[in-house]
Amino acid sequence: MTASLVDQFRLGLDAPICLTWELTYACNLACVHCLSSSGRRDPRELSTAECRAVIDELEAMQVFYVNIGGGEPTVRPDFWSLVSYATEHRVGVKFSTNGVRITPSVASMLAASDYVDVQISLDGATAEVNDAVRGPGSFDMALRAARCLADASFSNFKISVVLTRHNVGQLDAFKDLASSFGAQLRITRLRPSGRGADVWDSLHPTAAQQRVVYEWLLAHGENVLTGDSFFHLAGYGQALPGLNLCGAGRVVCLIDPVGDVYACPFAIHEEFLAGNVRSPGGFCRVWRESELFASLRVPSSAGACTSCSAYDACQGGCMAAKFFTGLPLDGPDPECVRGFGELALAGVAGGAGVPRPSGDHSRRGPVPGSRRGPVPGSRRGPVPVSIGRRPSERACDSSPLAGFGG
Amino acid sequence: MSTKVCFDLDRAWRLHPQVSVRPERFGALLYHFGTRRLSFLKSPKLLAVVRSLELERTARDACTAAGVTAAELPSYASALATLAASSMILAAA
Repeated sequence: MTASLVDQFRLGLDAPICLTWELTYACNLACVHCLSSSGRRDPRELSTAECRAVIDELEAMQVFYVNIGGGEPTVRPDFWSLVSYATEHRVGVKFSTNGVRITPSVASMLAASDYVDVQISLDGATAEVNDAVRGPGSFDMALRAARCLADASFSNFKISVVLTRHNVGQLDAFKDLASSFGAQLRITRLRPSGRGADVWDSLHPTAAQQRVVYEWLLAHGENVLTGDSFFHLAGYGQALPGLNLCGAGRVVCLIDPVGDVYACPFAIHEEFLAGNVRSPGGFCRVWRESELFASLRVPSSAGACTSCSAYDACQGGCMAAKFFTGLPLDGPDPECVRGFGELALAGVAGGAGVPRPSGDHSRRGPVPGSRRGPVPGSRRGPVPVSIGRRPSERACDSSPLAGFGG
Repeated sequence: MSTKVCFDLDRAWRLHPQVSVRPERFGALLYHFGTRRLSFLKSPKLLAVVRSLELERTARDACTAAGVTAAELPSYASALATLAASSMILAAA
């Protein structure tokens, strides 16, 4: 029944269904897998007035809501005023936070708006598992924020988890934890984007764990959000709730803190840069006229996957995951459930020639209360210091389908 | 999704005040800010029906006004039932 709709989405829409907007690269944390390599604020960050102009455009284009992230978006001094501005203009806001600015009074303010949703990032159901990825104290901070929201009767906020090798076993615990706050669980896929490129090898779920995730989602899928991020698992046989479609440049995109527009939040690289909202015509022109987006809206070849019987289900998986592991875009996903990704990865010689994420906003000095340095098991080893270092936040967002499939 | 549903065509229905409608070439996207759910109107004619709900006394009248034929009516009633089930449209007093 949705087949024709999916085809429509593949061709792209005149406006995104929703989009991710990273408001700042500044972050109080230094998560090892940060998809945007956040930490330090970029001095070229969009001003308050420029952000409002973007919101005006989104209103005119009837973008229903934006997923705001970062960095830690709430550290921007104008964050709450931008949220108000958006909701007053009928652009809903769902923002991701590590909880640092969620106080009882903020929670009450948020609970009073129908147009605001909150996602608290948590990557372990225990402090031990979470803090190893997100930094010491981050588990307690997230839970304190969740408690504030629950106490303010903010119902159905989200606990947002990036699945890793170390927390797949905690799926039930995450669900119980979310329920205990009257919140909903959201799980998303770890991408090798940003600093995630450095830790992906050691953190991404094993093949056996992927099967566990798939079975778990089939059993709980209706009540758990995924941002449609596990569509590569459809290769196991049964489609998961959602559209099972890569929406990059077709129904979703990313606006970064300096106004650069990328095809998706996991693809911060020149290769996927469509334009900048500061250029004439603004965001609307980028969305409608960029050559990159036009190219993403024409049917792509299945390439090496042509003969695979699972291709119709998995669609070759995630473009960003392939790109940042050095695999061709018309080949298998690195986490292909048939194992073709692992074979392909074996052919990527020691990381030579693997594209590096474009921006690195990691803080250079030690991050308070955080451990930095090369992560054990990193495929590519330490990053050349000339590129800088990296630290930050949450690893996921976007999908037109959060909430779809019910 | 093809479950049989009852839908009262002979009463007034209204779009939920928290629902936004965005016309698309295939029909429209609906977004409910209260439930944060997205829905799709899969044809321009269904969009015309939904728009007409505001103006007509009953859903049946809205369908007629949008050019829905007697033969098409059951499938439109079913689509409206789905929208009602997700609170996209509400029975008016």
